[in-house]
Amino acid sequence: MKILVAVKRVSDPENLNKIKLSPQGKVDTSGLEPKASPYDEYALETALRLTENGANTKQRLGEVVAVTFAPKESEQMLRAMLGTGADRAIRVDATDDALDGDVVARGLKALVEKEKPDLVLLGYQQAENESNEVGQMLAEHLGWPQATFVGSIKSEDDKALLVGREIEGATAQLRVTLPAVVTVLDKIIHPKSVQSKHTAQAHAYPDGVRFAALMAIMAAKKKPLAEMKLAELVPAATLKVTYGNAELPPKRAAGVKVKDVKELVTKLKTEAKVI
Amino acid sequence: MAGTLVVAELAEGQAKRTTHSAIAFAKQVGAPFAILAIGGGAAGAAKELAAYGAQKVIVVDDAALANYVCERFAPTVVAVAKAGGYDTIALTASSFGKDLAPRVAAKLGAGYAPDINQVTVDGPKRRYRRPQYAGNAFGWLEIATPVHVVSVRQTEFPAAEASGGSSPIETAARAPDDAAAARVEFVKLEAGKSERPDLGEARVVVSGGRSLKEQFKQVLEPLADALGAAIGASRAACDAGYAPAELQVGQTGRTVAPQLYVAVGISGAIQHIAGMKASKVIVAINKDPDAPIFQIADYGLVQDLFVAVPEMVKEVKAST
Ligand SMILES: Cc1cc2nc3c(=O)[nH]c(=O)nc-3n(C[C@H](O)[C@H](O)[C@H](O)COP(=O)(O)OP(=O)(O)OC[C@H]3O[C@@H](n4cnc5c(N)ncnc54)[C@H](O)[C@@H]3O)c2cc1C
Ligand SMILES: Nc1ncnc2c1ncn2[C@@H]1O[C@H](COP(=O)(O)O)[C@@H](O)[C@H]1O
Repeated sequence: MKILVAVKRVSDPENLNKIKLSPQGKVDTSGLEPKASPYDEYALETALRLTENGANTKQRLGEVVAVTFAPKESEQMLRAMLGTGADRAIRVDATDDALDGDVVARGLKALVEKEKPDLVLLGYQQAENESNEVGQMLAEHLGWPQATFVGSIKSEDDKALLVGREIEGATAQLRVTLPAVVTVLDKIIHPKSVQSKHTAQAHAYPDGVRFAALMAIMAAKKKPLAEMKLAELVPAATLKVTYGNAELPPKRAAGVKVKDVKELVTKLKTEAKVI
Repeated sequence: MAGTLVVAELAEGQAKRTTHSAIAFAKQVGAPFAILAIGGGAAGAAKELAAYGAQKVIVVDDAALANYVCERFAPTVVAVAKAGGYDTIALTASSFGKDLAPRVAAKLGAGYAPDINQVTVDGPKRRYRRPQYAGNAFGWLEIATPVHVVSVRQTEFPAAEASGGSSPIETAARAPDDAAAARVEFVKLEAGKSERPDLGEARVVVSGGRSLKEQFKQVLEPLADALGAAIGASRAACDAGYAPAELQVGQTGRTVAPQLYVAVGISGAIQHIAGMKASKVIVAINKDPDAPIFQIADYGLVQDLFVAVPEMVKEVKAST
C-alpha cells in the first residue's frame, strides 16, 4: 500500500498557554519550539503500522510519503519523519499566510494525482488552528470517501479499511474501499488500534509513537526530500478565509483553597449556588 | 433569496440540542432562516423544529439516509442550499457537523468558518470568532466568498427556545449520492452504554484522572449520583483503560461547559483544560498543591481523593 501523510508544523503544543499577542494583535508564538502537529505524528505512526510487519519493522512493505506545505525551516521536521520511518518526503514551499484549508486541500489533491497513493492520512485537526477541515475538503476535491475522527483501522487485504469513527458517546464503524482519505484521533496509537494482513493479529505495539534511533536519523539523510512550488500544484491560489487580529481569552483567576470537604460543599451550596 | 439554512442534527427522530445552538446563530445573524431536517426520522423531528420561527422546515426523510454517511448527506445539503439561494449554511460543531460542513463548503466553493463561538454583523460584513491554540487564543476570520459555511459551537450559543409558531413544512427529494458513496458502507453503531446524562448536556460533570486506577467507577459513581452528574475523564484515565474512551474531556475529547465541573485527581494539562475551562464553577480535588488545575479552579481542595470523595458524597447527600 502507498500512503501519503500530510504534516503541519506547529508551535510546541504542550506550551500553547505561553502564547502572546504581538503589538499588531496577531498571535506571537516566538520562543515555542516548532514541532509536527501531534495528530500528524499519529498519522505517520498509523501509516508505518499499515506498511510493515509489526514483528519485523526494518523491512518496509509499502511506501509512506510525508508532505508538508511550509517554509524551508520545516525540512528538519521532515528529516525527523524520514528518520522515524517515512520513505520519502515532499515540501511544498509556502508560508501560512499564503494558505487556508482549501488551498492546502487543493495542493494535496494535485499531489495525489501525481503520486497516486491508495490512502491519504491526516491528523483530524492541527494543533494551532484546529480547523478540522483539510481532510474532508481533500476528499471532496478528489471525489473519494472520507473517514474522520478515526480511532481504529483494520486493513482488509489492503483493498478496503474497516474504520472506527469516535463520535459523541459511540463508535460508528464504516468500511471504505480504497483509495480514501482518513483523519486520525489520538486513540489510533493504542497497541492494537491498527491492524493489517502484514502483522499477526495478536501483535501489540507499544502505546504511542515510535522514536527514531540515531542510526536511522543518520541513514535518513540519504532518503529523498523533494521540494515543489505551491504554484506548480495550485496555480493562482486565492484565499477563501483570512484571519485578522486575535484575542487572548480572559485569564480565569485562581479561586480559593478550601480547608476541607465540609467547607467545599457549603461554599458550593451557599456561595456558588450550583448544588 | 438570501438567508441561512440550518442543517439540523438529529438523533432517534429528534433534534439534538446542538441544533438549537445553530438556530440561535441563525437568529442572531438576522436574516430569515430555514431548517433542513435530513435523515431517518426527519419527518418527526420537523414537527418539533417548526416551532422555532423558521421561514420553513425542509424535510428529506429517506431510508437511504437512515445512518449518517457524509457522501450521502452532502449532495442533498448542497442541492437544498442552492435551490433556496441561501448565503449561509449553518451546521453543528459536533462530529456530525464537523464531518459534513467542510465537504459541503468544498462542493459549494464556499469559505468555511469552523467551530465558531461568536459572530459580528456589520452590514454585509461578518466576522467570526473561534477558539484556537488549545483555547489559548481566539481568532477572528472573514470569508471572501459570497456563500459562507459555518459550524456553531454549542457551548457558546445558548440553545434557541421554541417560540410556539408553526413554520410550513416542505418535503424535498434526496439528491443523488456522491460517486464516492458507493465505496462507503455503514457497518454499525456501537453506542457507549450509559444511563447517565450525556456529557454535552449535563448541568454537573464529575471527571476523574489517571490516579483513580481500577477504582474509577467505584469512587466516582456515588459522587456523580449524588450530584446528578455526567462522568468525564482525562485522556490518561481513558488511555489506561480505567474509563471508556467516550468519556474523555479535552481538546481531543468532548468540550463541556456545565454549571459545575469537579476535577478529581486531574493534573490540569493544557489539553484537558481546553475542553472544560468554560465551565461556570470549577472544583479541583488533588493531593498536589502545585497541580496546574488549581490555577483555574474556583474552589480547590488539597487532599487525597480516596478520602475526600467519599466524604463529599456524604456531605452532599446530607445537605440536599
Ligand atoms: C495531542 C494531545 C492531545 C491530548 N488531548 C487530551 C484530552 O483531550 N484530554 C485530556 O484529559 N488530556 C489530553 N492529553 C493528555 C494530557 O497532556 C495529560 O497527559 C492528561 O490530561 C493527564 O491526565 P491526568 O491528569 O489524569 O494524569 P496526570 O497528569 O498523571 O495527573 C494525575 C494527578 O492526580 C493527582 N493525584 C494522584 N494521586 C492522587 C490522590 N490519591 N488524591 C488526589 N490526587 C491525586 C496528582 O497529583 C496529579 O496531579 C492530550 C495530549 C496530547 C499530546
Ligand atoms: N500546511 C499544511 N501542510 C501539510 N498538511 C497540512 C497543512 N495544514 C493542514 N494539514 C493537514 O490537515 C490536517 C488537518 O488540519 P486542519 O484542517 O487545518 O485542522 C492536519 O493535521 C494535517 O494533516
